[in-house]
Amino acid sequence: MDQSIQPHDVKKIRSTVFNWLESRLGEKPLAWLTQKGDLLKGKPEDRQLYISFSAVTRHTGKKVIELSDEELNQAGTIRQGWNPSGWSADQFGRIFLILCYADQEKEEFLDKIEKIFISSDWGEAEALYRGLPLYPYPEEFAERTAEGVRSNITPVFNAIALNNPYPKDYLDEVAWNQIVLKALFVGSPVYKILGVDERANKTLAKILVEYAHERWSAGRPVSPELWRPVGPFLSEEFEDEIERVFSHPEHIQKQAAALALISSNYPGKNKLTEKYASLVEEVKNSDLTWDDIGRELE
Amino acid sequence: MSNQGMKFIDPHIHMISRTTYDYIAMKRAGIVAVIEPAFWLGQPRTNAGSMLDYFSTLVGWERFRASQFGIKHYCTIGLNSKEANNVKLADEVMELIPRYAAKEGVVAIGEIGYDDMTKTEEKYFSKQVEFAKENDMLVMVHTPHRNKKEGAIRSMDLCEDHGMDPSKVIIDHNNEETVKVVHKRGFWTAFTIYPETKLGNKRMVEIVKEYGSERIIIDSSADWGHSDPLSVPKTAKLMLDRGISREDVHKVSYQNALACYGQSGEFNEKDWQDLPPVDFSETFSGNSIRRDGNIPVVEGDDAIGEDIVIE
Repeated sequence: MDQSIQPHDVKKIRSTVFNWLESRLGEKPLAWLTQKGDLLKGKPEDRQLYISFSAVTRHTGKKVIELSDEELNQAGTIRQGWNPSGWSADQFGRIFLILCYADQEKEEFLDKIEKIFISSDWGEAEALYRGLPLYPYPEEFAERTAEGVRSNITPVFNAIALNNPYPKDYLDEVAWNQIVLKALFVGSPVYKILGVDERANKTLAKILVEYAHERWSAGRPVSPELWRPVGPFLSEEFEDEIERVFSHPEHIQKQAAALALISSNYPGKNKLTEKYASLVEEVKNSDLTWDDIGRELE
Repeated sequence: MSNQGMKFIDPHIHMISRTTYDYIAMKRAGIVAVIEPAFWLGQPRTNAGSMLDYFSTLVGWERFRASQFGIKHYCTIGLNSKEANNVKLADEVMELIPRYAAKEGVVAIGEIGYDDMTKTEEKYFSKQVEFAKENDMLVMVHTPHRNKKEGAIRSMDLCEDHGMDPSKVIIDHNNEETVKVVHKRGFWTAFTIYPETKLGNKRMVEIVKEYGSERIIIDSSADWGHSDPLSVPKTAKLMLDRGISREDVHKVSYQNALACYGQSGEFNEKDWQDLPPVDFSETFSGNSIRRDGNIPVVEGDDAIGEDIVIE
């Protein structure tokens, strides 16, 4: 894990989430959430925990909560890198209840949260994984996260992979690489994986190039975003591949090849930079970024 | 033969046993929503963990799988009567039910009831009806294959003894014999169109002619046996062909299921009306792959086929 991660204040996150909901939900759902929150902070029976967690949608509904820029900044301050834009009312409600239950002893908390994960429905699983960066004892959730990455339910995988700072902060290289590879495999936007550049590594670059070969052999398209984490690890070894991307008929593929080449720093790169000088210049002059590529593909 | 623009609900079908071809055929035939009652798997379960994963499948993976074909998937949670006879298993499963009953899209406790009508079956049937009553939930009752009429009567008595209003209870797998006693007592009266072992759809046409469409619901109960996931649209078509009004057909193949399960608060028409239409224009590098994982399905005119009679 990344040692520079600042510990976050669970109670502060809990009260902030509640404040956001307070100005947006009606009196009845708020009263319900308050009551259940208090119950879970005390000495609840197991079934009260399960039933209140499951019943959240019935009270809050599933409307997306539109946070202001100020509120989003606040989110990133109370938990480094946290960006809850697009979260729905029930997702905030569920996380609020989990963070109330966090008042329990560590063992009890971890045991029950794992049980909630195990019996979660589709919507609950999305909420639980989106909430990963906010829980206490975050290092304890690495295995659970790796298990979630294996989910066949694409939106559940996306809840972990996209706009979520937890994986980059806590997953080891094997689990991390699996996220990037699987994102490409299921067609999820790579540019929304937080830390995709800082956690790029040589092993991942090799895996991705192999994957590109498989796709080419099958006559299937290769996402231009695949070359983003490969770029910094380009070397003579991958020159044939990157030339293949340069010669792709689609312009966005050529741009991706140029961006990958620009981000590399191997000694022999000048040969290709000269060969594809006009594309490289074009990309440099237009300030094109990988995020632009990702957005264009969506 | 076309579905004539009608939309259908199949309120009893075991999709985990069905293929993706079935989902495509169902979508094409106009089925917009399905309810999958928790039941047994053909092979008996021997531990509660098996049931836990099954419940999770119903609210997770199967729900997602259906969504890829533009079908909304709901379920009921319960301990079936067959496996209720395994007391150790049954006690452990009873502990699991509260973990699932309040989840989104869980529309009832079911399918529960009698199989061989043992004392043990009755004990867990009774406990689950009690749970439903306490939590203001609906109950979906499976009536037994053998000794069906007595089973139906005892099931209704048991529900009423626990204070359940008949309007909150669905008695399923009825036939010409049981409908007489079930319908007049005010329960939702469901019929399973299932080849050979249950009801053929020519018989169903006659039942609707005799009893009308109030509180009558048709379903397929399609599962791992020789069954038909297009039972509902086929039977609807046969009813139209044999002179039953479109309004009555709509009630027994859509509206009554909606009214009945809508009482749960978890089964709303807007859930499927708001689904984004399947879009073929989205392409990626010239190939039609969808980033959200959805699989394109065309609703067609030849959805049901010529052979609509189920014997």
